[in-house]
Amino acid sequence: MDILVQQIINGLVLGSMYALIALGYTMVYGIINLINFAHGEVMMVGALTSWTMIGLMKEGMPDAPGWLILVMALLIACVVAAALNFVIEKVAYRPLRNSPKLAPLITAIGMSILLQTLAMIIWKPNYKSYPTLLPSEPVHIGGAVITPTQVMILVFTAISLAVLMWVVNSTKLGRAMRATAENPRVAGLMGVKPDLVISATFVIGAVLAAIAGVMYASNYGTAQHAMGFLPGLKAFTAAVFGGIGNLPGAVVGAILLGLIESIGAGYIGDLTGGVLGSHYSDIFAFIVLIIVLTLRPSGLLGERVADRA
Amino acid sequence: MNIKNNLPAQLALGVGLLVLPLVLQLFGNAWVRIADMTLLFVLLAIGLNIVVGYAGLLDLGYVAFFAIGAYVYGLLNSPHLLETFTALAALYPDGLHSPIWVVLPLAALVAGVFGVLLGAPTLRLRGDYLAIVTLGFGEIIRVFLNNMDNPYNITNGPKGVSQIDSLSFFGLDLGKRLMIGDYKLASVSLYYYLFLALVLLSIVISHRLEVSRIGRAWMAIREDEIAAKAMGINTRNLKLAAFGMGATFGGVSGALFASFQGFISPESFTLMESVMIVAMVVLGGVGHLPGVVLGAVLLASLPEVLRYVAGPLQQMSDGRLDASILRQLLIALAMISIMLLRPRGLWPSPDHGKSLATAAKPA
Repeated sequence: MDILVQQIINGLVLGSMYALIALGYTMVYGIINLINFAHGEVMMVGALTSWTMIGLMKEGMPDAPGWLILVMALLIACVVAAALNFVIEKVAYRPLRNSPKLAPLITAIGMSILLQTLAMIIWKPNYKSYPTLLPSEPVHIGGAVITPTQVMILVFTAISLAVLMWVVNSTKLGRAMRATAENPRVAGLMGVKPDLVISATFVIGAVLAAIAGVMYASNYGTAQHAMGFLPGLKAFTAAVFGGIGNLPGAVVGAILLGLIESIGAGYIGDLTGGVLGSHYSDIFAFIVLIIVLTLRPSGLLGERVADRA
Repeated sequence: MNIKNNLPAQLALGVGLLVLPLVLQLFGNAWVRIADMTLLFVLLAIGLNIVVGYAGLLDLGYVAFFAIGAYVYGLLNSPHLLETFTALAALYPDGLHSPIWVVLPLAALVAGVFGVLLGAPTLRLRGDYLAIVTLGFGEIIRVFLNNMDNPYNITNGPKGVSQIDSLSFFGLDLGKRLMIGDYKLASVSLYYYLFLALVLLSIVISHRLEVSRIGRAWMAIREDEIAAKAMGINTRNLKLAAFGMGATFGGVSGALFASFQGFISPESFTLMESVMIVAMVVLGGVGHLPGVVLGAVLLASLPEVLRYVAGPLQQMSDGRLDASILRQLLIALAMISIMLLRPRGLWPSPDHGKSLATAAKPA
């Protein structure tokens, strides 16, 4: 039973990191129908930027408390990631807005490879150990443990989600975003500037991704140029799982995916008599995805999407 | 430049392709290897073009079929399986060496069956949902290959399968160099001719498919599935056929790859490879055979060639820009800039009214 509680906690932590990334995917997809393959790399850039900043700040002001350094590094990472995503959209996606559908997809993939390579050149390809800035004493909850870092992840995710929901549902920008997602032409006629809205979407997505990157790196204690790829992929899976283009869907999909992965990894060995082990955890996401999409082709909370093949 | 009606140009191209390995051989076998790998990628791109180009089904897990073909060949032509299943070893005292007349069709068949298996649950999915499911399928296959060394060692996990036999038929072993009189024809050159022949064969098959009833039906599905259905096209069977056919090409290429390399491991079959094959098809010109071949040749060979001339750059940047990094950088820049400059690919198919390329609907 303790193991189950522990796996649920781990699953929630994992799922909330996926959720932060998945939101970026789903917002971009909802507005311009593009799978932004470079999104995972934006998260990686956020994580590595914060790593550099933490290193600098630890030297510059050795007396500052850990949490302050972390928050400041996080802020800088968000700014860098936002600027990066803004430029990416402007340079690589905007000129292709009305091209054949596969063209922006390929530039997105190219951008993902480019960012990884540049990160490899800038930060060198080795794994960097990410410092633990919060106290590492775990908190005990009925036999299971949760570290302060994990608590921070849950709190930050909750705050980010609340802010995002507020922005999307109750601000002028949010209304413009929803209108553009619904129908960019009509939104344009109503005085919304689609280009501005799309840029804003990329910036918001990047901020969330950078937060996720910092959380991910602090949770696992390492950062590297390829770290964004798999989480990015799984986050996208989560977004599709929940029904792509749908914000609550992305969160629900991501949390479920995190839970399935960690509970599945914890129990699959016992269930299959040791034939399948926890190394298979990376594919649960995909197996669940295939099953869900076979039964419900538009995702858990998705509406039927028009044919865009 | 219409090469179809230009006999001298055709002859020149033919002679050039035949002489190429002999010339490259002079500079070292590594260059012929690059040509061989390029031809393999051309084969893969032609196969994927059936799925993505003709039928309009975006497959991001194509490398899975390549992997399946490679493992079918590798396991049936290496000592590995006998080491695991000692009972079998008694049956094959000379080791497991399956003739290619059995193994190649088997690899094609197994890959084709997997293609249909993947196709079946995804029939109702369209566009990006399909892309992500195929991507997941590719990862699933890779993870299984990586982990099926426990509890029974079938794929030898991340260590991969080694000591795979080279191809041999009619008493000709492609793994050994052939002496014609005093002239040495290296093993890699022999493979070159085999791959070249297979590429030509697949171009013919693919072209015949394209202009056949099936090909036209695929394109009808690509343009508008509902209209195609209304015209009496059996979209289910045809989509499955496209998946199966594309997968078959992948399986055969995989078997060739295994025999050519003599060693396979899950590392050769990552998502990155799938993505590269898709990029080849799209960069060249989706659905247009000459374009697809061009895209594959460019993306597969150029970075490899550059790897050899990258030495000076590497020294200038004190080792930070090593060859593999430079290669990745160039691939990425090529993908982005080609798409920005020519969104329909380098050599797109000529317009016939509404085609895939112009069918992008305003969102």
